[in-house]
Amino acid sequence: MTAALFFSQLLNGLQLGVILFLVAAGLTLVFGVMDFINLAHGVQYMLGAYLVAVLSAWSGSFAFGLAAGLLAALALGFVMEVLVFRHLTRRDHLEQVLATFGLILVVTEGVRMIFGSAPLPFPVPAALNGTVTLFEGLNYPVWRLVILAVGVAVAVLLWVLVNRTRAGMLVRAGSTHPQTVAALGVDVDRLFLFVFAFGAMLAGLAGAMAGPLVSVEPTMGDKVLILAFVVVVIGGIGSIKGAFVAAILVGLVDTVGRAFLPDLLRTLVGKSAAATAGPTLSSMLIYLLMALVLSFRPSGLFGGRPS
Amino acid sequence: MSARAAGGGAGFAFLFRPAVLIALFALALAVAVWSGSGYAPTIIARTAILALAAVSLSFLIGQAGLVSFGHAAPLGIGAYAVLIAGEYGVTNALVLFPLGFAAAALWSAATGVIALRTRGVYFIMITLAFAQMLFYVAGSLSAFGGDDGLGIAARATFFGQRFLRTDTDLAVFAIAALGVTLLVLERLSAAPFGLMLRTGRANEEKLASLGLDPFVHRLVALAAAGGIAGIAGVLLANQVEYVSPATMNWHVSGELIVMVVLGGTKRLGGAVLGAVAVMVIDETLGHFTEFWKFGLGLVILGAVLLRGADLTQLIRGTAHG
Repeated sequence: MTAALFFSQLLNGLQLGVILFLVAAGLTLVFGVMDFINLAHGVQYMLGAYLVAVLSAWSGSFAFGLAAGLLAALALGFVMEVLVFRHLTRRDHLEQVLATFGLILVVTEGVRMIFGSAPLPFPVPAALNGTVTLFEGLNYPVWRLVILAVGVAVAVLLWVLVNRTRAGMLVRAGSTHPQTVAALGVDVDRLFLFVFAFGAMLAGLAGAMAGPLVSVEPTMGDKVLILAFVVVVIGGIGSIKGAFVAAILVGLVDTVGRAFLPDLLRTLVGKSAAATAGPTLSSMLIYLLMALVLSFRPSGLFGGRPS
Repeated sequence: MSARAAGGGAGFAFLFRPAVLIALFALALAVAVWSGSGYAPTIIARTAILALAAVSLSFLIGQAGLVSFGHAAPLGIGAYAVLIAGEYGVTNALVLFPLGFAAAALWSAATGVIALRTRGVYFIMITLAFAQMLFYVAGSLSAFGGDDGLGIAARATFFGQRFLRTDTDLAVFAIAALGVTLLVLERLSAAPFGLMLRTGRANEEKLASLGLDPFVHRLVALAAAGGIAGIAGVLLANQVEYVSPATMNWHVSGELIVMVVLGGTKRLGGAVLGAVAVMVIDETLGHFTEFWKFGLGLVILGAVLLRGADLTQLIRGTAHG
């Protein structure tokens, strides 16, 4: 295990962490403000990747594609909220699960009808393609550093929005005491509309950032959705801070675990046992982490409201 | 439970009785065999197997209020029990069915101990996450086909007797298992055990104030439902003769919830009707287009959104906040 390898895996873990944070942020706010379980959040991640990929290819400019794609993702968020989600906000969780599952089927199959099952080409933008030498022996892709920078910037922006603005104050209050906020004359439904659409855009941004690294295909949102659930559960529902800490934790544990656990096992239990147990155990790590956290704190690390 | 609890109205309530459901299944199978169709018994066997898994989930959701989004996990465990035992040369049904039941029940109880510490949305997400963990673990079992899965060695035997040779045999067996399950779970629901589960669902504070803790009851319910899903998994593996991680994909958990809710959660028989409905949508739309899930999605969305006129639902929702 060289220092360069360890460092690059560390960066990969952080980068997975910020992608997860972008997805989980919208999810946790929608949970928090409206006690709403939205399975279709992964679909918004997938749509973001498709929108940006298609619009970039059509216009020939990644910058335009990103800007237009994010606006389109935001618009789609508004449309979905008006068509589907606002009718479900005061229904029980089972119906929310059911309806958003139905929505996943409709949107995923819709995308498959239009674009097919094969992955859509989504090249890294030319200006950001290439590697940079961080130190002797470690060349790291520029695009992955860009993802890190964007993720941190959005996290800071969100922190300012949530902690320093009036809208953010309403979101914070709404996620812990929704009845009180409504009783004070705040239109919680309208607040939900904006939080939902904004969350959809953040998920779309995550999809666009991850697009060049993963394959852009109709079910790409599934894997991320479940990881985002794990993040939200560990961080505590409704907490942006919790989502950030948990996302980084999950990203690091998953990436570093997959990279080094098989090696570690080999030294501990021998080669043949490690070859079978290594991949199994490393794919279980984050779920074990979740189980561990919940054993001590059933409502997550920063979850204020016991659900 | 009121007479017209589950959607259909009083006139159709008889449809939810186990005896009627099983009689209808048997009738369908008899017609299928008589008509000489080779495909119909396969469909009927599949429907009965999925209905078995859906009924066990309906027991959790309808009685205990535990919305498990990971019911594909015990189903998959049952299927993998067949595959793994078969690889070691064991095909005796007297081993496979208890093994599938026990392994799935054990998984459900072990994850349940952690999941039951939480409520509501957390419970849904944790059961989903645990099932997904098992999905990835199954994909990493390279000795048993990894991501692609593996064909099973042979269908289950009874001391060398191949009693599940055709899908008609399998359908008979699955329908019988469904009937026994419906009867047992209905008895269990009517017993003090079921009352405890329903009270825990309706008003946990009141139970606590009486000094009662439904934890053990819920854990037993989870284990029992998991075990039944394991039996369904054993049957499913025998029907498809192939086992892969796809059995545990979270979409399977979602589809099981769809069956339970479309049929109505108040009666166990509803899940059977839901399973039939999903299979019918699959078989009819599936013949026209490979995108049949688009249609299924629209049906689900329509069913949930149009039920908004239900007043009791609205009142209960606002009371919840």
